Amino acid sequence: MIETVVAYQLAVGETLKIQKKRLMPGAGNPNIGRISIVSGIHGDELEGQYVCYEIIRRIQEHPENLNGIVDVYPALNPLGVDSGGRMIPKLNMDMNRMFPGEATGTMMDKLAARIIEDIKGSDICVDVHASDTFVKEMPQVRISEEHGKDLVDFSRLLNADLIWINASAAAHEATLTNSLNAIGVPALLVEMGLGNRVTRSFGDQITEGIFNLMHEIGIWSGPVGEIRNAKLTRDYGIDFFRAQSTGIFLPDMENGQLVSAGDMIGKIISTLSGDVLEIIQAKRSGILFTLREYPLVYEGALIARVLAEERNGW
Amino acid sequence: MVEEIIYSMEAPYREKLQVRGYHFGKKGEKTACILGPIRGNEIQQLYICSQLVHALRELEHNGCINNNKGIMVIPCVNYYGMNIGKRFWPVDNTDINRKFPGMDYGDTTERIAAGVLSAIRDYSYGIQFASFYMTGEFVPHVRMMETGYQNASLANLFGMPYVVVRKPRPIDTKTLNYNWQNEMTAAFSVYTNKNDEIDETSARQAVASVLRFLMRMGIIKYEGHSGYISHVIYEENLSNVDASCGGIFRSRVKAGEEVRYNQLMGEIVDPFLGDVISEIHATTDGIVFFAHKDPLVNEGDIVFRLIHRLHA
Repeated sequence: MIETVVAYQLAVGETLKIQKKRLMPGAGNPNIGRISIVSGIHGDELEGQYVCYEIIRRIQEHPENLNGIVDVYPALNPLGVDSGGRMIPKLNMDMNRMFPGEATGTMMDKLAARIIEDIKGSDICVDVHASDTFVKEMPQVRISEEHGKDLVDFSRLLNADLIWINASAAAHEATLTNSLNAIGVPALLVEMGLGNRVTRSFGDQITEGIFNLMHEIGIWSGPVGEIRNAKLTRDYGIDFFRAQSTGIFLPDMENGQLVSAGDMIGKIISTLSGDVLEIIQAKRSGILFTLREYPLVYEGALIARVLAEERNGW
Repeated sequence: MVEEIIYSMEAPYREKLQVRGYHFGKKGEKTACILGPIRGNEIQQLYICSQLVHALRELEHNGCINNNKGIMVIPCVNYYGMNIGKRFWPVDNTDINRKFPGMDYGDTTERIAAGVLSAIRDYSYGIQFASFYMTGEFVPHVRMMETGYQNASLANLFGMPYVVVRKPRPIDTKTLNYNWQNEMTAAFSVYTNKNDEIDETSARQAVASVLRFLMRMGIIKYEGHSGYISHVIYEENLSNVDASCGGIFRSRVKAGEEVRYNQLMGEIVDPFLGDVISEIHATTDGIVFFAHKDPLVNEGDIVFRLIHRLHA
């Protein structure tokens, strides 16, 4: 069943609709659980499109295994997704900085408030993001320090390579997941792949994880594949590499590779002078889980991240 | 006047980004800082700052900067965006005014924010010419965040018609105004009625308001009109008037006009058939604080914000 969560008439001949696909088990049980899978807050992050499709496809293939409600919202920013833009078109605002919204605000504030209202009541929510168009990410769950303790166990179920407990409050403020966590709906943010792309292997990995999560909370009784043991880390376990010069970045490694301290991750060159401006080397051994794809860099541009130190528990 | 480069960054092929500051008065004294566009479409704000630099040069030449006082004007931060018609940072489309306090070791726009903030912190008074994300016309006003450090009485000294105090939402906590106040600078944002076009009248009003403030704080000697006795408004007390449907918007009133309860303020016209499909009426006696300007309007958009009438 496809439902319209909220609709506003646009200026010329069109209505903006946020839609969801609701999948329900056959027999009526008033106490069944509910999971919400959302994506498409940033219009250039398309990795979640494949995940949404796979979840719906697999459930529809075996509806007999469904024991709860699955709500799939593939495009919370439909104007952005349909026009390939990250932000909310015209307003040029980041939708994931507008939650929890405001019932008396602008159209987008009202829309954000309505989305929160609709997801409220779910037992859990998974918000599937891609990276932007600049860096490629291995599948990871990002959770805030503030709500992290309650979310780590759920995050382990998602078949990600990495769970990153991020201490920066500013990185989470006004996001959908943070706003849901604040009202008691456990919400997990998945980040993977690259903007404007679908990486099917990553999508399959996270889809399996979502089925595993649904299995654990009693919504899915079908078989689930093998789930990897995600590495848990906090900010101090991650080495950041940012450009200290401006030029063109050439990688010497692949995303997901193991690195040793001193390995060359890549270099920044000047195509006018022909000089190598900077060599980027791993500081500690670990896994290269973020790597720049967009070659042009200004000083400060994110080049890579290496997971160098794990943590066993909270 | 002394020109300083307060922040610079190399670009692959463009000339180096050099954020310029113009210092007046005693060297090293950090009394008042005036900051212009952080966004590439804030042309009116750039114009106002250029006119302020012009006026302060003349005042300095005439010995009108008071002893032991120093003023810095930074007319433009994001001129890279301005020169290519982009509101935000050209490469990744991030809003520098949502990156404060920034980080020296952060991403590009965080470094710009940190670099700018390090140059402007420690000033006693900070004045930013900013723009709002809702496109439309505002009544000229001074805006400040309710951080606990805000001082609405000082804001009155600009002599602008209104002082607006906004309760910060999560989206606001990375703006310059919010972070400047947290750095213990008395920070004000001055809004005129335009962004990407120049309105001479409101630009002159803005320049005069800043000079008036500087004069009243004992920083300069200046003789000008005494301005308005400002009304302090809390943003949550403004009455929003929403569009009940989408279509072509015809406004009947402008920002600053007085309206009576139920007065027709605008109409929405069917974009294909030409019929008036909605009339927009005033929800209270008051003054139009904000008026939507885009000829197109979506259902649910705020088309007017009204100040409930202050005097009988």
